[in-house]
Amino acid sequence: MDTSTIISIKELPPEENMLPGTAACAGCGGLLTLRYCLKALGDKIIIVNAAGCFTLLTIYPFSPFRNSWLYTAMACAPAGAQGVRDALDILIKKGKLDPEENLKVVVLSGDGSAYDMALSSTSGAIYRNLDFYYICYDNEAYGNTGFQHSGASPFGSRTGTTPPGKEVPVGSQLQKKNLFDIWNSHKPPYIATVSPAYPVDLMNKFKKAEQFKGPKLFISHIPCPPGWGFDPSRSVRLAKLSVETGLWPLKESVHGEVEHTYVPKRFKPVEEYLKEQERFSHLFKPVRQEDALKSIQEMVDEYWKKHEFLP
Amino acid sequence: MGKEMLTGNGAAAWGVRLAEVDYIPAYPITPQTEIIETIAKWISDGSMDASFVTMDSEHSMITAAGAASATGARTFTTTSSQGLLYGFEMIYTVAGWRVPLVMVNVSRGLSSPITLGPDHNDILAVRDSGFLQIHCETCQEVLDSVLMAYRLAEDERVLLPVMVNMDGFYLSFTREAVEIPDMEKVRSFLPEYRPEHAFFRAAKPMAQGVAVLGGDFYSYFKYQMHLASQNALEVYKEVCDDFEKKFGRKYGTIDEYMLEDAEYVLVMINSFSTLGKAAVKRARENGIKVGLLRPRFLRPFPESEIKNALEGKKAVAVIDQNISVGKGGIIYSEMAGCLYNEVDKPLLLSFIGGLGGKNISQEEFEFIFEKMISASDTGIVEPPSLLYTESELEGMTKLKEIAGKE
Ligand SMILES: Cc1ncc(C[n+]2csc(CCOP(=O)(O)OP(=O)(O)O)c2C)c(N)n1
Ligand code: SF4
Repeated sequence: MDTSTIISIKELPPEENMLPGTAACAGCGGLLTLRYCLKALGDKIIIVNAAGCFTLLTIYPFSPFRNSWLYTAMACAPAGAQGVRDALDILIKKGKLDPEENLKVVVLSGDGSAYDMALSSTSGAIYRNLDFYYICYDNEAYGNTGFQHSGASPFGSRTGTTPPGKEVPVGSQLQKKNLFDIWNSHKPPYIATVSPAYPVDLMNKFKKAEQFKGPKLFISHIPCPPGWGFDPSRSVRLAKLSVETGLWPLKESVHGEVEHTYVPKRFKPVEEYLKEQERFSHLFKPVRQEDALKSIQEMVDEYWKKHEFLP
Repeated sequence: MGKEMLTGNGAAAWGVRLAEVDYIPAYPITPQTEIIETIAKWISDGSMDASFVTMDSEHSMITAAGAASATGARTFTTTSSQGLLYGFEMIYTVAGWRVPLVMVNVSRGLSSPITLGPDHNDILAVRDSGFLQIHCETCQEVLDSVLMAYRLAEDERVLLPVMVNMDGFYLSFTREAVEIPDMEKVRSFLPEYRPEHAFFRAAKPMAQGVAVLGGDFYSYFKYQMHLASQNALEVYKEVCDDFEKKFGRKYGTIDEYMLEDAEYVLVMINSFSTLGKAAVKRARENGIKVGLLRPRFLRPFPESEIKNALEGKKAVAVIDQNISVGKGGIIYSEMAGCLYNEVDKPLLLSFIGGLGGKNISQEEFEFIFEKMISASDTGIVEPPSLLYTESELEGMTKLKEIAGKE
């Protein structure tokens, strides 16, 4: 891949490595992310998948991909990536495999796998400096099983297992885990957050990542129409709002050094983002959860203050 | 290469080395660690050209092993007990991938209570997964079985992973004289692995482990695994013939000891059957016509060989070194299922013995022989019993006193 920076969406590669006609929901922000990722990665790759919505992208005998695919289980896609990578390397070294036949190894999982169940196998793979790409589409819950609470679910959200009620009116009382920092503490060569609403930023990050051998993470904050509760046509708008409100900072880390790749000129109030989604509706009606709304806004402000983009 | 004194673990490691395995993901657990340490040392000193990686758990280890196998590398891994159970989810997954992985399990009792001594609940827990299971009595058999396992697993009529099992401590750490076959001869028996079915290459994209929607398709794939496992019985005969031709050692799906003219039969697996054989020999000196049958395979289950071997026998005692809590001995159930429709079937007695490596004494074997004889005299089969001596009970009672429970 040509590693020079691109500046406009017109420069995205025209090739499609994932074809239409999948079982994913209309408006799935994850699918849009994946489409861009595969444009960047090309077709000489193998996707090692963990249980989640995207497991159903390949259903025997159909596959929407131009590349190879291995479904593992929810806890261990990074370990599957290890096996594939090591096998390819040793077969090439022993002269049993033409280097032309080599593949890039890509893990694909949702947040439930990435933040929770596969954390140990992920930590192991980063620690061993495995040369792989990890794409996490983060819909902030266990999507495939009907949107239950995961380690990525944000404070104040309604999920299948954090239903707001009289005793717990805010829904989830826990703060989203910080997967970016968890990875960063392992000091891998490259980590980035991305968004399907910012494909140019996404593409450039892949271009940059390609020069590094070792673990490379891409976390995409992805709108999920059935889980978040909004009309599929507004998917890209919501992805954009999560960035424009400052909730989802677009950033990257090269060998542990963090830089923001996009900072909104003026941060929109988080309410604009929250009020568009059914999963936060209990924060507005029947009574406004003033404290909860305030604390969500404060959390965002604190982040940007810490990074000196807000006074 | 001649003979060397090797432990069961050492013999397993030699099998892996001779099979010229490409890849070994590993994770330690007693009593299996000697296998991976031996291999790690060989790789480090250059006597083995393979890639070795210590994983973060057995769940990851089995995943990596299966994935490497699916990529076309000859792969080995090994575990025991809790490790096997920790990887349980992936045992089924990897079997479904239909990849020729070979794995050694060194049997050890399962928690809780936690223990180190062997029994077979670990390996039997994964009985229905699709892995073939070979069970070994001697160190030589361990080495030979690893080589035969690759031949079987890589045969396109089988394409299923194989688990080679041995008892922890009793075999894993017992030194025996083991013939280490010549490398060239091994190559003529087990050529380099050239995958033809499942492997990932840039020029030939392939999806593996994909979802199926609906029971029609799921049933089809599951039954294909069953048929492939059954195929292994035939393929194994060819493998054994070739093995005998090249190395002079003869193996079958079952091992028969003094069985031909026996009236009474012990059924046991793994290294404790050596104790059983010694007891049989002594009983023969006392004029009791007894023999021993040791299934080497539990999956596929060698039904017809077992039926043939037991034809016309008066009574059969199965000594299960396992306990299906709430049911009893697992191999007893398997044997009962195997013999149920036979017209002229022997009486079938059940004993649970050797749990957690507990010894089975000569007296206990004699007790079993008596039970078989009286059952065949009276036609009455007593309910299953646990082999447990008075003095063992005394010892246990003392511990309970110390614990303040008596
Ligand atoms: C060991 C195990 N436990 C539970 C499940 C059930 N399960 C399948 S997909 C899934 C949710 C995965 O969530 P996430 O990783 O966020 O991906 P998404 O479904 O949102 O795409 C769960 C819990 C499973 N497959 N394996
Ligand atoms: S549930 Fe959400 S994440 Fe899953 S496919 Fe549908 S839109 Fe995408």
